Amino acid sequence: MTSIEVPSSPMLELLSGFIVELRAAGLPVSLTENLDAMEAITHIPMENRDAFKYALAATLVKNNTHWRAFETVFEVYFSLRGREYSLGGGDDLPEITEDDEAPMNPDAGGAGAGGAGEAMSPEQMAEMLFQAMRNGDDGLMRALARQAVTRFAGMEPGRPVGGTYYLYRTLRNLDLDGVLERLMEEAQEQSPAPLTQLEERLERDEFESRIDRMKKEIEAEIRRRLVADRGVEAMAKTLRKPLPEDVDFMHANREELVGLRKAMYPLTRKLAVRLARKRRHGRKGPLDFRATVRQSLSYGGVPADPRFRYPRPSKPEIFVVADISGSVAAFARFTLQLVYAISGQFSRVRSFVFIDGIDEVTRFFEGVEDISVAIHRVNTEADVVWVDGHSDYGHAFEVFWEKYGREVGPKTTVLILGDARNNYHASQSWVIKEMSQKARHVYWLNPEPKAYWDTGDSIVSDYGAHTDGVFECRNLRQLEKFVDILE
Amino acid sequence: MDYRFETPADVSTRLRDVDYLSDEAIAGVVFLADRLGKPILVEGPAGTGKTQLAKSVAEILGARLIRLQCYEGLDESKALYEWNYKKQLLRIQAERNSDSSWEDIETDIFSDEFLLTRPLLEAILAEDPVVLLIDEVDRVEVETEALLLEILSDYQVSIPELGTISARQIPMVFLTSNNTRELSEALKRRCLFLHIDYPDMEREKEIVLTRIPEITESLADQIARIVRSIRQLELKKSPSVSETLDWARTLLLLGVDSVTEADAIETLNILLKYQSDITKASKELQGDSGAKRPGVPRTS
Repeated sequence: MTSIEVPSSPMLELLSGFIVELRAAGLPVSLTENLDAMEAITHIPMENRDAFKYALAATLVKNNTHWRAFETVFEVYFSLRGREYSLGGGDDLPEITEDDEAPMNPDAGGAGAGGAGEAMSPEQMAEMLFQAMRNGDDGLMRALARQAVTRFAGMEPGRPVGGTYYLYRTLRNLDLDGVLERLMEEAQEQSPAPLTQLEERLERDEFESRIDRMKKEIEAEIRRRLVADRGVEAMAKTLRKPLPEDVDFMHANREELVGLRKAMYPLTRKLAVRLARKRRHGRKGPLDFRATVRQSLSYGGVPADPRFRYPRPSKPEIFVVADISGSVAAFARFTLQLVYAISGQFSRVRSFVFIDGIDEVTRFFEGVEDISVAIHRVNTEADVVWVDGHSDYGHAFEVFWEKYGREVGPKTTVLILGDARNNYHASQSWVIKEMSQKARHVYWLNPEPKAYWDTGDSIVSDYGAHTDGVFECRNLRQLEKFVDILE
Repeated sequence: MDYRFETPADVSTRLRDVDYLSDEAIAGVVFLADRLGKPILVEGPAGTGKTQLAKSVAEILGARLIRLQCYEGLDESKALYEWNYKKQLLRIQAERNSDSSWEDIETDIFSDEFLLTRPLLEAILAEDPVVLLIDEVDRVEVETEALLLEILSDYQVSIPELGTISARQIPMVFLTSNNTRELSEALKRRCLFLHIDYPDMEREKEIVLTRIPEITESLADQIARIVRSIRQLELKKSPSVSETLDWARTLLLLGVDSVTEADAIETLNILLKYQSDITKASKELQGDSGAKRPGVPRTS
């Protein structure tokens, strides 16, 4: 193995800044990995930016869900080092210089627009955008993205506005949806026969993916300018995206929820494995007489090595009781996904949802292969409203105990999910007390930050005192911690 | 030490020669693995060519592929080595009448002759170039992973009776994982990480063209587009590359030049393996395409 050649020191400095930022973003980068990265880049020609990026990724990012965070940091740290992004040092807006404009003209030639960017009318620009989309011309798209940001984003140096605001302004002016419609119309007209459903769908997919690319270009352009304006460290901090395991369930957006679901799958498996292993190991069963005699033959008839039967595997039974009221709506959606995932791993999971009434929803998850169908049915068909549709834990628990209490036994683990915001109703915490006496375990997962517990109408401690533990469960990392301590 | 590859581009061309289409990430990581002498942990959905990558790399290097298929319950005696105790027993019995001492017999029966090599040890002992493939490493239990650590970081195996056996050459090592569970930090730290996802449309089209030379370009293009469209749906199991290839072969056998809705729906069972997925996809392919589709967030 070659000894590590120390790369030029500005590079080394940049790399260590990069790694500090990765760690700050939550990526676990160990010392070995750090050294690997340094060695790796000595083998890669620096000019090849993609190879450089993949070299760093291969050595530093060991989990695919961290890729997005890595990419953002990488872009902030390394993408702006090119000559074209060095700003003229002026105080005013980053302007498109002659240099930047140059590559645009040959590309634009086909579009018939020509001329310098500043002279372009909005109509010409829209036309060029349309052409770029139709031909899938990456060069032109990039040039247009640069133009569009200069023109529409209205970026001012030092203004404390996030990139999303600029993105919104730019996109509003470009009207990409309109472009999509126009592209589709044209595709319809140009084809000799009317497009079939399938063809139309395929065309639309193609254009949508191009438009998506355009949006990404614009986003990248805005980010570059922001970094140029505010500096690397400040921007890295602003752009820091939480890793999927740190995303707050309560405030996850659609895209993050998809990521969450993917990241959750290994976790539910882990939960299953953990429970299954507890079942298999540990306690020994009764003496296996036949096997012991058989074994004794190798010791001349002395039963030196007694054999035991495997204990009959007890099937763990899981009851999930979840609050799906408005205050925890976002969490509830996640909860239902968790229930769905768990019921895929265990044979005996029963699930209940409540607001002020309670209903069993196990049937909605059985044999359903599409989670969205199950969730839809839970939300529309489950009978969870008793009086006014405001959470009433006390009443819900009471009814639960009355109806299903008999079925809770020493093998049952009960998981309660909710924020215990009871709207000042009676708590009926005796139910939980009796439940934990009868069941194997009762755990409470609370989606609220710990600081908010027992404030206002939250009475989580009233219930919590009787359970085997109340856990803050706002993101996957905390859920994983809970799974880890679970037995 | 001689390196196996000149540049990432070299990796990519040579892989293409054996009909494996790599992208920049794949070529870059294979190149680095050779330079740094580190194993590659390849992760990604089933059927995206993870195992094939190892096979193809073995092919271009002219190396022997040693494969260890992982499963739950895999242990040392299946992965590393085992003493051939039957032979040892015979040896002891054969010695019974002669007057060799106990020590002689002991050193004798714990020698190479009585050692049964299993894939990992075999890769270490090999004189000829080898590529070691540890397939579906996520299937073994966390505890068993520890078995792999010594070989992955130091390319050596310790056998109590014999001492430490070091590799005669550093083989290329590939580990594949379908990510059904999180692998341990210790294992990940020792490897370079490569995620292979479903290819984008262009690459998938090329893969179809390379693997099935008889196919026409327009059909391949259409197939790649339809598959991309199907992957955007929320399905239990998205079609993999190998399923795309199967589908392309089927369409070719049926003599289809251009896929119509009816063709697509009739042969969907080759692309998709769950009835609910098939129902959903055929409904989508027929249904009005203007409807809101999941997976395509529409902002602005």
